[in-house]
Parts: sequence; structure tokens; C-alpha cells
Amino acid sequence: MESKLGLDFKKVEYARGLAKGIATDVQSFVEQYTTVAVERTLCRLMGIDGVDANGVPLPNVVVDALKDKGVLQEGALFFLGNAMIATGLCPQEIAEKVATQELDITKVVTRDQRKIMEALQPVIDSSIERIRTRRQRREHYLDTIGEGPKPYLYIIVATGNIYEDVIQAQAGARQGADIIAVIRTTGQSLLDYVPYGATTEGFGGTFATQENFRIMRKALDEVGEEQGRYIRLCNYCSGLCMPEIAIMGAFEGLDVMLNDALYGILFRDINMQRTLVDQYMSRIINGFAGVIINTGEDNYLTTADAVEAAHTVLASDLINEQLAFMAGLPAEQMGLGHAFEMDPMLENGFLLELAQAQMTREIFPKATLKYMPPTKFMTGNIFRGHIQDALFNMIGIWTHQGIQLLGMPTEAIHTPFMSDRYLSIENAKYIFNNMHSIGEEMQFREGGICRKRAAEVLDKTIQLLEDITKEGLFTALEKGIFGDVKRPKNGGKGLQGVTMKGDNYLNPFVELMKGKR
Amino acid sequence: MSEGLYSMEAKDYDKTLDLKKIKPYGDTMNDGKVQMSFTLPVPCGAEAIEAAKQLIKKMGMENPSVVYYKELTPGFTFFNCYGSCTHTVNYESIYVPKVESNVMSMPDTDQYIREHFGRKIVIVGASTGTDAHTVGIDAIMNMKGYAGHYGLERYDMIEAYNLGSQVPNEEFIQKGLELHADALIISQTVTQKDVHIQNLTNFIELMEAEGLRDKMICCCGGARITHELAQELGFDAGFGMNTYADDVASFIVQEMDKRGMK
Repeated sequence: MESKLGLDFKKVEYARGLAKGIATDVQSFVEQYTTVAVERTLCRLMGIDGVDANGVPLPNVVVDALKDKGVLQEGALFFLGNAMIATGLCPQEIAEKVATQELDITKVVTRDQRKIMEALQPVIDSSIERIRTRRQRREHYLDTIGEGPKPYLYIIVATGNIYEDVIQAQAGARQGADIIAVIRTTGQSLLDYVPYGATTEGFGGTFATQENFRIMRKALDEVGEEQGRYIRLCNYCSGLCMPEIAIMGAFEGLDVMLNDALYGILFRDINMQRTLVDQYMSRIINGFAGVIINTGEDNYLTTADAVEAAHTVLASDLINEQLAFMAGLPAEQMGLGHAFEMDPMLENGFLLELAQAQMTREIFPKATLKYMPPTKFMTGNIFRGHIQDALFNMIGIWTHQGIQLLGMPTEAIHTPFMSDRYLSIENAKYIFNNMHSIGEEMQFREGGICRKRAAEVLDKTIQLLEDITKEGLFTALEKGIFGDVKRPKNGGKGLQGVTMKGDNYLNPFVELMKGKR
Repeated sequence: MSEGLYSMEAKDYDKTLDLKKIKPYGDTMNDGKVQMSFTLPVPCGAEAIEAAKQLIKKMGMENPSVVYYKELTPGFTFFNCYGSCTHTVNYESIYVPKVESNVMSMPDTDQYIREHFGRKIVIVGASTGTDAHTVGIDAIMNMKGYAGHYGLERYDMIEAYNLGSQVPNEEFIQKGLELHADALIISQTVTQKDVHIQNLTNFIELMEAEGLRDKMICCCGGARITHELAQELGFDAGFGMNTYADDVASFIVQEMDKRGMK
């Protein structure tokens, strides 16, 4: 491909190679460990669901029992498999008996791995089939009713009440939205369990639960059929329950998941070892389920300066890409994030934004890039805000972004009203149509502002990646390289849920799902 | 009733400014012009438009005018409207409590601290409760600051600790004690369903229960926070829109001096 920006693709390949080295280093750590969240995910893959008499999710009951006995390192499947052989019960029944303390699964007779696998196999097969069927359902919809053109219009709903969310989401879809993201209630990312059932109370968002996923999926299928366009559902595979949310999404037909390798570390102070292990399993699942992951680099620029720190976004995109490849995720399912976040008072800021968006497009030609609207400099002046969003939309269509998160004029005031979404969708559709082929018509002048900016960002990215290569990603994070946020390797939330895998550990799902479909 | 009754032209109103009776200004003094947009949960149609007009009248407007409408989804219609407000406000009788301190520059504040305390003062900040947003606390505390106003970390005479977001109030107060904080500052961004008020109230209750309320200066801030609200909740000051690190630092050091803190 010829670069419209005159990018030096040899440099890009060099940068990619550096990122691969950094990711390989992380991966060698990740593969030796498991976490409580990964083990709860395996419980869910074994069909364990529901809550005990105290409202504690049964996957937590089982995994906490193993952790309390100090045997988490052997993994949930080892004990579940042995318990199935010893009792003849199914995993759900076993979990219920663990909850009532009728059964101690760490005390049953242990068998060799071949016997355990034999016992587990039928359940494993049925879970794999369940996910595959869901994926095929999406593919069937895409083949029959089709989808909207790219950039997909992405809007959020965030009422706190899943039933109210349904009304808002269906309205958004009728107005032209292609992706509905149900924002999670503030604080959910720090819960070390996934709440159960339909929920109607939340702050700044709605709890991610499997039942809420199901309710919204059904609503979007209805409105999709009515509109003759498949509507994608997005949620948040982040925080302390990354892989668990992934598996629930895979079971219920979610299409897009926020699933960054570093975001939780930087912005939620989750321990880095925990997040890096969790992201691997969650991305294996998302890859297999055909889910597009979104990464959160756009957020770096809400804490760091968008002009000075642009190269940290590209560096992180490259690392996120390599970590995703290692989890078997194809490039098309990578919604690598970047953003339009410069101070609107900056002279030629639009040109710098345009250069970066085009650069990102050219460096990740197959990715379903996720482009985030201005948020940091939204002031409450809804009228100027609407224009800032319009400029952002122009760049989205100009540089062929994959997913356009729609800015709302009322950003920084409240979670969107139904009418805010309407105005934003109208704004985007007007610009996407009116400027449809501008990317093909316009060139970037040699020696001009845009070409220079792209080259500068790429050079600084290489420099940064070289530094990270020398000291490793863990140390780089400790030094605050991304988003100006510093995080200690042994600090943050969730470290106590990380353990090195023991001799009996097994997780056949990695082999079954990684890079498969 | 005919529209004529509500026609502005038909009315002979006083076009001079009276600060005892102010009303909105469009392009003529006392025309009362107000621009509104809202959504009604009814299908689009003549009845919906009439409903919007009646609602505008009930809001105290004359000449309700629906200039644009659109059904957003079956059963919900959006309106852009204008009206002329009939109400007035006595501007001269208004009193708004404000943060009472001289806003000083960073070097002046540093100098003030040297002269009045002779030591570095400690300010600990966080976005507490479930609020995950760091944008507010970062704008006040980060070295770089916001909109050309350097943050507290850059002050020579301030030891600033930014604990980030989602810090439980208990942990925040504990950390404040460990660091011998002179002032605790809280940022709140999420205000849906008044979650910020519950959280700020909880913070003050904890401070009082621990007997710490008088030992530290307590401030809160955020786009939806006003000084009046902050004082109502028991804080020393609240910092809303268009306030920066200089405002916060100036207030804290002067308040410390006022209270005789050393």
C-alpha cells in the first residue's frame, strides 16, 4: 500500500517488531499464571451459573473454596473433573453442594489427567458448541439483513435500568446507530464478581450481568430485524472480571467488548500481573466468539496532553495488537483505540488530528479502528461541543475509521438524553454522506503539516518502544509511560487473586479456542 | 384563544432595563426570549405540538412557538421551541455565598506559605467513592495543571498527593492521616442521581465521627459543585466550573491562617 502521508513503512515494521518483543516478554510471564477470574471463567464454561443463598455467584463460591484451601494453583477443572467422577454429579450440582458445604471438592479421590479430561469432555464440547452457535447466529444475520456502512455509529446508553436502556437503545438504532454500548455502573470494574440477574439500579450506567446481556440482545435483534440492519451490542470486558464478562458475552451474543491489555492497570489501579493474565484468557474467548475488541488508548489523552503524548497511543496500539495476536485474535477483530482530544483552541489542531487518524489507519490497515470523540475539552457549551463533534466526524469519514464513537453535545453534563443521541447521529450521518469520498479526493502535501506530524509521531513511538524494550513493560508501567500514570508491579487491586499454575493445572479451552472459529 | 392574544407586538412593554425586574434578553430589552428543547413521551402530531405549547405556557412563557419537531422513536417527540418569559427576578436583592479569599499566583502562594507557616503544607486529593473519573482531580493537582494554571504538584511549598479515582472515603481519610494532611480535597465528576451528594455527605460524617473535621481543611470540586452546595454539606469550600489550582491553593492557605493552623 502506498502511504498518503509518505510514512516510512520500514520504520513501521521496525516498530511492530519492537512491540512484538515487548509482548513476547509479557506473554512468557502470563502463561505461567492463572487468576481467580480465569478460574471462575472455567467454572462458567463448565455450565456453573446462579447464586447461593447469600447471593454469591456460584463460580465465586467454587473458586473461593479452592483459594481458601490453598489449592487454587491446581485450577478449577482439576477439582471439578475429579468431583464429577467421584460423585456422578454435573458441575452445577457440584457447585450447589459446595455452596451448602455438603461437598469439599478438594477432598475427593484424584485421577490422572486422561480420566479427568474424559469426564469433562462432554461439558467442554457443549460449551464450545454453544459459543459457536451464537457466532453463527450473528453471521447469519449479517448474511441476511446485513449491517450499516463503516464507520459504524457507536452510541452509549447508561440509564442504570436495563429496561429503560432497551427503550433508549432501540430509539438509537432506529435513528441509525450500528453499535449500542451499555455503559456499566460506576465501580463495577472493581467488583471481583459479576452480579446476577436483571438490574434496574446503577450510577452512571447499568450492571453488566448475563441476564442484562440477554435482555438487550433480544431487544437489538428485534429492532435490527425491523430496521433491516444488524445492531451490534457492546459491553466492557475490563476490570477484575475480564474473562468472565468475555464468556458471558460469548454465550449471549455480544459483538463488541472493551478489552484493553493495559487500561485497568492505568485507569482503575488494577494490579498489572492480574490484568495481563486476565486479558489473555478474555481475548482468546473474544477471538473465538467473533467479538471485536476495543482498546482504550484514547483515554491516555484524557490524562496526558494530546499533542505531546500522541506517540504513547501508537506505542500502546502496537503492543495491544501484538498481545491480541498472541491470544489468537485476527486483525479484523481489533478495534484499536485512538482519539480526537487536542485543545480546540490550538492553531491547526484539526490538521494534527487528521494526520494522526490517517497514520493510525495506514499502520493498522485491517483493524476495525475505534475512534473516540473529544471529551476533555467539552465545556458545557453544547453548541460549540456539537461543532467539535462535527470536526471529529469529518476526520472519521476522511480517514476511514472502523468504529466512530459518537460525541454528544452534552458530554460533561449528563449521560445522554434520547434527543442528544438523535442530534449526534444526525450530525454524523450528515457529514458521512456529504463528505463521503473526501479521503479519495484529497492528498497530503509533501513537506506539509500533516506529513510532518505523522513522521514525528512515528519516530517518537519508535524511541519509546526502544526504551520499553530495554526495561520491559512492567518497569515501563511503573515509570508512568502511558497516560502519565505510575503503577507498581505489586500494587493495585486484585494481586491476591493471581497464582502460579501448579502441576495438575489444566485449561483445555486455550487450545480449543485460540485462533479458532 | 387566538394566537393574537399572545403576540409580543400587541403588547406594549417597557423597553428600559430595570435591575429589580430582569428577564431574558433576545434582541430587545425585556422581550423575555427563551430557547428550549425537550422531548415529550407522545407520538408526533398536532396533539404533540399543542402539548408542547401548553407546557411552555405553564412554564411561564407567552408566545410559545414550536420551530422544529421530530419523532425520535415511536412514542417520543423532540421539540425545539421559543417563548417569552413572563417572570422577572430582582437582581439587586441577590446574595450568593462565594469562596472568600484573594486568589494568589503560584509564586505568591508559595511565598505566603513560607511567611505564615515556614514549612511545606500537605494537600491530599482524590476522586472518592465509586467515581472513576480522574479528570477533575488531575486538573487541580497534576504538575501540568489545566488551561494554563499549574497544578498543586508544581508548587514549591505544597506537598501534593493525588490518590487517583475510586478511593473509598475511609481509605482516603486514613491516607490523609498518615501523610499529616493539612487539607483534603475531593473531586466528583459523576453526579447522576445525586451520587456525589451521598458520597460527600458520607465523607463529612466520617470526618466528624473520627473527630477530624476541625483538624483539616476540607474542599470539594467538580463541574456540578458550587460553593453553596459544598458549605451546605459541611465542607469549607466548593470549587465549580472555571476554578483552578490557584483558587484552591489560595483558599486553603488563607483558611489555614485564619484558623491559626501552624
